[in-house]
Amino acid sequence: MRNSSAAILTIRAVLRRPPVAMVLASVYILGTGALVAGTPRSLPFFLLFIGSLLLLYYLQLPAWFKAVGMGVTLALLMPFFGTRNGFYMEVATQVGIFVALALGLNIVVGLAGLLDLGYVAFYAVGAYTWAIFGSGQLLKSWPQLSGIFPLGGGSPTGTAWFFVFLLVAVAVAAITGLLLGLPVLRLRGDYLAIVTLGFGEMIRVLANNLDHPLNFTNGPIGITPIARPPIGPIQWALGALGIEATPAQIYPVYFYFIVLLVVGIVITVTNRFKNSHIGRAWEAIREDEPAAIAMGVPLVRMKLLAFAAGASFAGAMGVLFSAKQFFINPESFTFLESIGVLTMIILGGMGSIPGAILGATGVTILNLQILKQFSLTLNDWKNAGVTILGYNLANLPPQLEPAKYERMVFGVILVLMMIFRPQGIIPSRRRKMEFEEAALEKEEFAAEVVDTVEPKAE
Amino acid sequence: MAIFEAHGVTKRFGGLVAVNQVEFALDEGMIASIIGPNGAGKTTLFNVFTGVYRPEEGSVRFDGHELIGLRADQITTLGMCRTFQNIRLFGNMTVLENILVGMHSRLKLSAVDALLRTRRFAQVERAALERAQEILRLIGLQGKGDELSKNLAYGDQRRLEIGRALASEPKLLLLDEPTAGMSPTEARTLMRFLRKLRTDLSLTILLIEHNMRVVMGVSERVTVLDYGLKIAEGTPEHVQRDARVIEAYLGTRKVASG
Repeated sequence: MRNSSAAILTIRAVLRRPPVAMVLASVYILGTGALVAGTPRSLPFFLLFIGSLLLLYYLQLPAWFKAVGMGVTLALLMPFFGTRNGFYMEVATQVGIFVALALGLNIVVGLAGLLDLGYVAFYAVGAYTWAIFGSGQLLKSWPQLSGIFPLGGGSPTGTAWFFVFLLVAVAVAAITGLLLGLPVLRLRGDYLAIVTLGFGEMIRVLANNLDHPLNFTNGPIGITPIARPPIGPIQWALGALGIEATPAQIYPVYFYFIVLLVVGIVITVTNRFKNSHIGRAWEAIREDEPAAIAMGVPLVRMKLLAFAAGASFAGAMGVLFSAKQFFINPESFTFLESIGVLTMIILGGMGSIPGAILGATGVTILNLQILKQFSLTLNDWKNAGVTILGYNLANLPPQLEPAKYERMVFGVILVLMMIFRPQGIIPSRRRKMEFEEAALEKEEFAAEVVDTVEPKAE
Repeated sequence: MAIFEAHGVTKRFGGLVAVNQVEFALDEGMIASIIGPNGAGKTTLFNVFTGVYRPEEGSVRFDGHELIGLRADQITTLGMCRTFQNIRLFGNMTVLENILVGMHSRLKLSAVDALLRTRRFAQVERAALERAQEILRLIGLQGKGDELSKNLAYGDQRRLEIGRALASEPKLLLLDEPTAGMSPTEARTLMRFLRKLRTDLSLTILLIEHNMRVVMGVSERVTVLDYGLKIAEGTPEHVQRDARVIEAYLGTRKVASG
């Protein structure tokens, strides 16, 4: 026992040394990368490759190395694998979308402690903002706009508005966040949860019914085709490099990079808010609202800012989602989606930024790949008539179809996590601020000593 | 001169008159106490002063401002800060962060500063951190800045609450039963500390105390509440001899011993 723990300590000590860690991380990233490149359909290899991000996070590495490592993994290797297996691009893009959603909800629930069960409403607002303007939808009610309105009828220059609407949707979602925030300012805990739940449903029902008297959302049928971001310059640039690519090949990678960029911005914004007077005020509200007010924290402003900031991330991702899907209808924005995002931040660790990222990544990959693979394998066994513990799977009644286990396994994982690690995978850590300060004082002290000693030496 | 004045303050909860037509004033730089038996309305009066409750009648003025109608955080910004009877720290935040939250109203920063990490942001945060360290030393918690405040010992938590209130740079410090749960020795140390604070930071201090003995040594003026009414006011010696005060306290003692 003692030997093994000593061994672990030695290993840790070795890994703490930057050169060792750098070599290890490089070998791991390139090694798993080569495995994925060799067998692009293998799920385990892909997961190992994704693990390199975790490795970069946990190993003690210089900041520049981490940045380069993440850059190579996410901006170089991932899109390369995407060209080999298009599904990976879809997975990575969805992971990115959910990471941004989780980070947004993390501000509201994790930092400010306001339990929001209708978060998907802001996602819907963003998605519909682009869907309505970036398709022929408006022309259905106002045909006279045709020709004046730059976005109608799939005009090629109209698609450039996508980027403008990325910002417009951020603003619209933030305003929606304020509108939700105002009436619920006095509510806490369970009451707030119920009201936000109702708000989420309201937005969905609105989307479902705003097809008359004037047709805004096209009701349950949904809106299609939704314009995608302009591709011309990229085709031209690729052509200049001598690469011929069809739009169908470009778009997945294109969306991936837009999502990557937006996620980068979202992470920066979240980090800066969290490590500032605003983040401290949010957390103070979460910890003890009356005490926070008594200390001079303006409750109304801070809560509204939390709602608006969280909502704006969802708004941006809504635009990307609607453009990527080409089609949206109210079914994409159900209560279950809100709960899904909430699950991600609870699993990852409430209030923790790396936690929210890991939670979103883990749950999305679990849903899209691992559990799918699991039920597919079971199904194969069933069709092949494999016998387990003397029971032939071919005899399974149709009610126990393997596909139905997917949700059950997910549920079991949730329950186990909450029992054995209720604080989440990467719980929120406090910044050590006094230590930094003390170290600095030591430096200053050393400088003073040098100052006082030097004249004597002269 | 009076830095703080309350006139005819009445607060009702349904049929119960928790505070009844109370007149109260504080001179700048004094240490005063409000005492009274359990349920006398001390904390209610405190909550009226600090903007938690809005009284049905009366006016409260501080440093030239009318406080009735202001929010609690605005009152704190004006220079009044309080502690709580049952300690209310931000448990999952560090000691230093607790103090930094106390500074919130003094940090001249906007959300944009935080987002863009402007030069002003760096300067203000840096100065805030330095001041927070000073406050840590002042309340004797240096070296514990990175600990979670919920992990502190009871006495340290009490001191941190005072430190957090001091961080808002108050002119008037209101302490709600700061010696609750302390031994007589600890209580005496705290009172010495308050006297030192008053001189060092030129504060005015208002204490609420259940235990009469604690405040007698430190207060220049004692106000006695009973059933929401002010029944006596004056120097500790004067109040101790007042027949109605003795009755109010003896009444509770009878119940306690019987």
